[in-house]
Amino acid sequence: MPLLTVNNLSTAFHTRNGVVRAVNGVSFDVERGETLGIVGESGSGKSVTCHSLMGLLPTPPARVESGSAMFDSVNLLSCGRRQIEEIRGRRISMIFQDPMTSLNPYLSIGEQLMEPLFIHEKIDRASAGKRALAMLGEVGISDPDQRLKMYPHQFSGGMRQRVMIAMALITRPDLLIADEPTTALDVTVQAQILDLIRKMQGELGMAVILVSHDLGIVCSVCDRVMVMYGGQLMESATTAEIFHQPKHPYTRALQRSIPALQPKGGELHTIPGAPPDLHHLPPGCPFAPRCGQAVDYCAREPVGLRETAANHSTACLRVQRENIAV
Amino acid sequence: MSQPRPFLQIDDLKTHFRVEKGFLFKRHAGTVKAVDGVSLELRQGEILGLVGESGCGKSTLGRTVLQLIHPTAGRVILDGRRLTDLRGRVLRESRCAYQMIFQDPYASLNPRMTVFGALAEAMRAHRKIPASELPARVAALLQKVGLPPGAQGKYPHEFSGGQRQRVAIARALAVEPQLLVADEPVSALDVSIQAQIINLLAGLSREMGLTLLFISHDLSVVKHISERIAVMYLGRIVEIGPAARVFEHPLHPYTRALISAIPIPDPRRESARARVLLPGDPPSPLNPPGGCPFHPRCVYAEPRCAQMVPVLEEFGEPAHQASCIRLKEIN
Repeated sequence: MPLLTVNNLSTAFHTRNGVVRAVNGVSFDVERGETLGIVGESGSGKSVTCHSLMGLLPTPPARVESGSAMFDSVNLLSCGRRQIEEIRGRRISMIFQDPMTSLNPYLSIGEQLMEPLFIHEKIDRASAGKRALAMLGEVGISDPDQRLKMYPHQFSGGMRQRVMIAMALITRPDLLIADEPTTALDVTVQAQILDLIRKMQGELGMAVILVSHDLGIVCSVCDRVMVMYGGQLMESATTAEIFHQPKHPYTRALQRSIPALQPKGGELHTIPGAPPDLHHLPPGCPFAPRCGQAVDYCAREPVGLRETAANHSTACLRVQRENIAV
Repeated sequence: MSQPRPFLQIDDLKTHFRVEKGFLFKRHAGTVKAVDGVSLELRQGEILGLVGESGCGKSTLGRTVLQLIHPTAGRVILDGRRLTDLRGRVLRESRCAYQMIFQDPYASLNPRMTVFGALAEAMRAHRKIPASELPARVAALLQKVGLPPGAQGKYPHEFSGGQRQRVAIARALAVEPQLLVADEPVSALDVSIQAQIINLLAGLSREMGLTLLFISHDLSVVKHISERIAVMYLGRIVEIGPAARVFEHPLHPYTRALISAIPIPDPRRESARARVLLPGDPPSPLNPPGGCPFHPRCVYAEPRCAQMVPVLEEFGEPAHQASCIRLKEIN
C-alpha cells in the first residue's frame, strides 16, 4: 500500500475577481521511501497541491473542492483539526523556499528545534536538548552546542535551510515535503543542501516530495517525476523515462528550452505564448493553445492522466489515442 | 589577431562602501570592498557574461560601470570617453549611450505609466524628438522587442513577467544606446520564458551591434548567450575566457566547483560526472579572508594561499586567464 494516495484533488481560490482554479483533478501515489519530484512553472499548481495536503492554505479564499488524500487510512483533506495536527509536523514535515521567513526571529535555534518534540512527544527538556544537538550535527552544522543558543539572523541562508531541515526531520517523519528548498540559495550552497536531503533520506528512510521549477534539481534527486501545467498533471514517469522518452509535448518543449541542454550559440528553443490564465481555463488541455501538435479536439475535450507505457502516464489526447510520439 | 581599441574599458575599478554603526554617534565599522580592482575590456558588439554568487559584487560592478554608483577608484572608458570623469549635465547626456535592464520588471516599471508613457518619457528625456514622431517611434520599438502594437496603451500589471521584461528592454533601447548592462534579466522568469528573452537579447545585440554586459548567477544561461565569461568572487575577477573554453576547461578551483554545482537535467550525465562540493558559505564581504579570497573553501589551498593575493594569469589558451597561485600545478 502506498504511503500517501492522492485522488482527484481540486483546489480553487474564491476571490473578488472570480474563481482561480489552481489545482484540477490531481491524483498520485507516494510509496514509502521514494523521492517524488513535482516540476512546473510558476502558477502550475505544484505548491498549492502540497499546501492543500498539509492543510496550510488560508480558507477562505482557498477551498479544496474535491478529492481525497489517504495517509495511513486517514483522509488528510477531511479529517478534523486534532487528527491533522497529530500528523502534521510529526509524520509529515514540510520545508519551504525561504528560510529567512520560515524561522521565528525571536526564538533561539535550540528553542525552535525542540518545539516539535515538545508538541508531539512527551519528552523532558534535557533529552529534547540532546536530540536537538544531535540533529544539528547531523545536518552538518559545526559547533552545534554553540549554535543552539544563537538566533536565525546570525546564520547564513544555507545554514538556515539546514536548520529548517533539522526541524522537519527531528520527529523522524515518514514523509518530507520540500517546496522549492533551494530556490533562494546560491548554486554551490544548493548543491550542499540537495546532498544533505539525499543523505538524510538514506539514513531515515523517509519518502520525499520535492517541488521545484528546475528540471535539473528534480533530475538529480528524484526517482519519479510529475510534470504539472495549468493546475493539472501532464506527465508522470520515472526520472529516466521523463528525460529520455518524454511523451507529452509540454515536457518535451520544456526540456528543449533549458539552456544547459542546448548547443551553444544557436537560437534557443522556446515555447510560444504564456502560461494559461487560471481564471479562465480552456475546457480541454490547458497546454493546447501553446502546443505545436494540438489538433481540433485538444482544446475541446477534457484530458486526464492515463498510462501510455509501463510506469509512464501522459495526459495528452493525441498520445493516448494515436499512440504517437508527438 | 590584431587588437582593436576596446569599446568599453574598465580599468582597475574599485567600489568600496563604508559601513557605519550606531545611531547618533556613527562610527566607522568597516569597509565592504564590493568591487576591488576589476579590469575588463569589451569589443564593440561583444556579449560578456559576468557570473558569481550573491554578494560577489557583480551587480555593484554593473552599476558602477553605468555610473549609477560612483567608484572609489579606477576608470570606465566607453568609446574613448572617460565616464568616471563626467559630472552633472554632461554625465546625464552621456547616459544615452549606455542603459540598464534590471532583474525585476515588476519593480523597474512605473505601475501608473502606460507602456507608451514609459517609452516616450525615455525618448523625450534624452533626445529632442518632436511629439508627432513619438507614436511611430514607440510602435517600431515594440515591434523590435516582439510586443503587439496594442501594448502601447496598457499598464505594466496587464502583462506577464516575460512581456514586462520586453517592455523594460524596449525602454532601455528607446534612447538608442550602444552598451547595455543586463543585471539578472531572466532570473525572475520561468524556463520557457527565459529562453524567449535570451533569444531576444542575443538577436538585438547581433542586429544593432549592441555591446552587452550580461550579469547572472546562472552559468548555463550565461554560457549560452556570451562569447566570453568572467567569473567573480568577492569583488574580484577570478577567471575570464572564451565561454566554451571556461566551461570545458575551467582553470580556477572556484569555477570548477561552480560548474559542477549546476544540476544537469539529464540523469545519465548527472550520475556520470564528478562533483566538487564546496564546503561552507561564501564569506562576508565585510570581513574577507586575507590572501586569495577563495582559500578557506578551496580544496587545493596551501598555507601560502592565505598570504599572497593572486593576479590573473594566462594559461593554456590565449585570452583564458585565472587568478590562482597554484594555477600551473593544478591544471
